[in-house]
This record gives sequence, C-alpha cells and structure tokens, in this order.
Amino acid sequence: MRRRAAAALLLCAGLAGSAAAQGLPAAQRQSGFESMSPSTQAMQRDDDANPGMLSVRDGEARWVRPDGAAGRACADCHGDARVSMRGVATSHPRWDATLGEAVGLSRRIALCRERHQRAPRGAPEGVERLSLSAFVAHASRGLPVRPDPDVRLDPVRERGRRLFERRMGQLDLSCADCHDARWGRRLGGATIPQGHANGYPLYRLEWQALGSLQRRLRNCMAGVRAEPWPADAPEWVELEAFLQVRGAGLPLETPAVRP
Amino acid sequence: MTTGALVRVPPRARRGEVVEITAMAAHPMETGLRPGADGRLVARNIVHTFTCRYDGAEVFRAELHPAVTANPYFAFTTVATRSGPLEFRWEDERGEVIVATATIVVE
Amino acid sequence: MTPPPPGPRRGALRSIVSIASLALLPPAGATPATLSAAIAAFTGGVAPTEGGMRLEVPELVENGNSVPLRVSVDSPMTEAAHVRRIAVFNEKNPQPQVAVFRLGPRSGVARVGTRMRMADSQRIVAVAELSDGSFRQHAVDVIVTLAACIETEGGG
Repeated sequence: MRRRAAAALLLCAGLAGSAAAQGLPAAQRQSGFESMSPSTQAMQRDDDANPGMLSVRDGEARWVRPDGAAGRACADCHGDARVSMRGVATSHPRWDATLGEAVGLSRRIALCRERHQRAPRGAPEGVERLSLSAFVAHASRGLPVRPDPDVRLDPVRERGRRLFERRMGQLDLSCADCHDARWGRRLGGATIPQGHANGYPLYRLEWQALGSLQRRLRNCMAGVRAEPWPADAPEWVELEAFLQVRGAGLPLETPAVRP
Repeated sequence: MTTGALVRVPPRARRGEVVEITAMAAHPMETGLRPGADGRLVARNIVHTFTCRYDGAEVFRAELHPAVTANPYFAFTTVATRSGPLEFRWEDERGEVIVATATIVVE
Repeated sequence: MTPPPPGPRRGALRSIVSIASLALLPPAGATPATLSAAIAAFTGGVAPTEGGMRLEVPELVENGNSVPLRVSVDSPMTEAAHVRRIAVFNEKNPQPQVAVFRLGPRSGVARVGTRMRMADSQRIVAVAELSDGSFRQHAVDVIVTLAACIETEGGG
C-alpha cells in the first residue's frame, strides 16, 4: 500500500511537470522532432509530403468499412473518429480488466476487431493494424501525451523503467545510457534523440514504411546487439508504458517522420 | 499494403496563374536489390511512369528509375487555364495503375 | 510499405560503437564513366553548358533512403523558349539515371521536386533540355549519413 502510494506520488509529480524520478525532468523533455534536419522536419509537417499520411488515409477508409463475421465497421460503434478517438492515443497503454493486463493502442484495436467485428486480429506490422493505429492516433495529433492515472498500471511502468535502465546486449548498454545520459550528442553522423514514443506509428526513412514502436525498439536492441524479446512478451508493453510517462506532456505527432 | 495517393491542387486560381501541385502515391518502389525475410531478393517492381492530364493535355510526365524513393512524391507546376479535373496516373512495371483526381476552379 | 533497399553497404553488421565502413563494393554500380555516358545518351551527344539552373538538395542528409531535391531552370516557359525535359543523374547508385521529367509551356515555370535514394555520399547532376535544342547542367555534392540502430537481416 505504501509503495503504491509512493509510486502514485511519483507519477503525479511527473504528470504535474515538476522534476520527477520518471526519466528526464519535464522541462528538459524534447521530441525527437527537434533533433532532425530541417528538411526531415518539413517532410513531417507537410501532410502532402508525409508518407505516413497515406496510412492515415488508408485507416480512414478502413474505419468506415464493414469487416469480420459481424459485418460491422469501427464507425458503427465509434462514430466520427475525430471526436470519439480524440485523446485515446495519448492515454494508451490502458489497463484491460478482462485480460488483467496493460494494453497498447495497436493491441486494443486488434482486440476490438476480434471481439466486436469477429475479424482476425491481424499481425502487429500488418497493414490493418498500422493503418488503423495511425488513423486513431492521428485524431490526437497535437495533444499532450497524458498517461492514464489508473494505479493498476504503476507496477507495469515500474517494470518498464527497470527495463529502460537495464544493460543489455553484446554492447552492454541500457536505453538510459544513450537516451538519458547522452542525448544531443552524436553517434556516427546521427544525433542521439531522447528516445520518446510520441509519434507512433511513424514513418521511418530507414524502413521507407510506417512501423510500430515495437519495430523501432527491435532496431534499438539490434543496435546494442541484444536478442529482442519474443513478439508477445510482456516487456514490450511494460517499456511502452514507461516511455509514455517518460514522455508525458510532449505533443503527439502521429504520423511522425524519423530517420 | 497501403494503397492510394494524396494529391494537392489549389481549389481555385485565376486564369493564367501558375499553380503548385504535389502528388504522392503509396508504392514500395522495389529495386530488385533488396533481400527479403527469406534471404532471397525481392522482385523488382517500380512505378515507371507518372502523368498529370489537365484541360485536354498531358501537362506533366515523369519517367522513373529505382533511385526514386518509395512512396514517390512529385512537386510541379501548371498554368491554370480552365476549370475542371486534373487526372493523375501512376503505372508500375506489373501494369498496376493508381489514379487520383482533383478539381480546380479557374476564374 | 516495405523495408528499404539495403544496397551492398547495408549488408554489413553494424554496431553503434564503430562508424560503418564500406564492407562490400557495389558489384556493377554507376561510376563517373557510366554517369557521363548516361548524360550523353540523354543529350544525344550535345555538351551541356553549366548554369542557368539550380539544384537544391539538403547539405546533410540524415538517411540516404529519402533525399529531397528540387530543380529549377531559368526560362520564360513560352512556346518559343521553354524547358522540354529535366533529367537527374547520380554518380554511385547501381544505375546512373534517377528520373526524367517532361515539361512544356503549360508548366508556367520550370521547377520540379521529388525524393530520391542515395546509396552513399555522391554527386547528383541535373540536366535540362531547352526547346532550342541546347542543354544546361548543374551538379551538387551531397553527404549522406547513416541512421543509428537499424534492422538486421535476422529481423532485430
């Protein structure tokens, strides 16, 4: 009970924007957008040049298309996504009472498809999940990341924080070693960003495609020569839950563009 | 695969005005040089031609090679002559075609 | 959409501590010789004159998979004097051609933008064909840096 209260206090301190134990002090937080070259920033800002917008448009079409054995569209229950989905992406992951687990936005969409459309949930990097995630998250574009205060998420976030600080891989580096301690410095020709997750799914120039946070985190782990966790491992949502608190207050940029 | 295209044409213009147009289509522009998950090279398939037709004529054409980035993007100009549709067309090496239309009102 | 074309360089294992080195050379890539040949094929042997046009590319490119560029040519774009075609070439990609754009008096101005792939830091050349049969050209040297922490073939 006392630990829970302490964790809740820390979380509130982070949300309130004062210096917190949850990663970098709020005043220091900056989006990876700031580390990019002007031309890549321009590509993100211009909805006619941002390839992620092709996925948002695709998601918009899927939103109104009946699907699955139930023959229902997302819009049948959720109406106009610009209204109903506003503030949803910024407050995920959330606690799913049925599963007894934290669930991120992409998995939430998959569960919805399975439970209410009776459609296949789809692969995480498949076009249905990515396009719908991009479309739903886009409805929150510009809003600040705002972690859900549900205390059942606290232990998840704490495990995520420990993962963030754990050394891993042949290079024996933790996320914090680069993204807390050395952000702003150069790694080869690239500037090390703070490593926030405020633009997902995003268009990574390296992929020439839209991809999920999990895909990007796999790339991080490849960078330190670590074995990535299996696709359905709980670590992914734990890390995502911590990253959300660590990036609280940053504007959502989906679909972001990154190198 | 995401399909479709995004085009931007100003909704209105004065006759004789030079207008800026952008067009971006969803296409991987596979070079044929990239190994897939199974280690074998993914077959080449690129958009080889992009055209824009407006007021009875082709006003822009691009012939592309694999060095053009995935989800190819073009920015070009045309003179506003008459109200009507601008038709955009991308054709790839498998014969697949993506089309998009936008309308301009010319005063 | 699909992952990027690695080209021979990207086959190398990369750790974040070392700066990437050229592990393999392109098997039959473009060279200065094939670049010149490609330009000559475009102009039909006519030698382009330098200038009268601009080729804008970012000074430093964060990822060679997507390099924005814009070509503009000084021309009144009238029926009597206009740009017919603009071609873009490169020095070190597997092939020297990038794209050929067809313009005309209905273009209003001679200005085209697109995004290209660059396998390495290299020279980009734009060549414009004018309606009087002459050609102009302009070249830019572009530096391409590599993104950190990228996918490996194992799907990491």
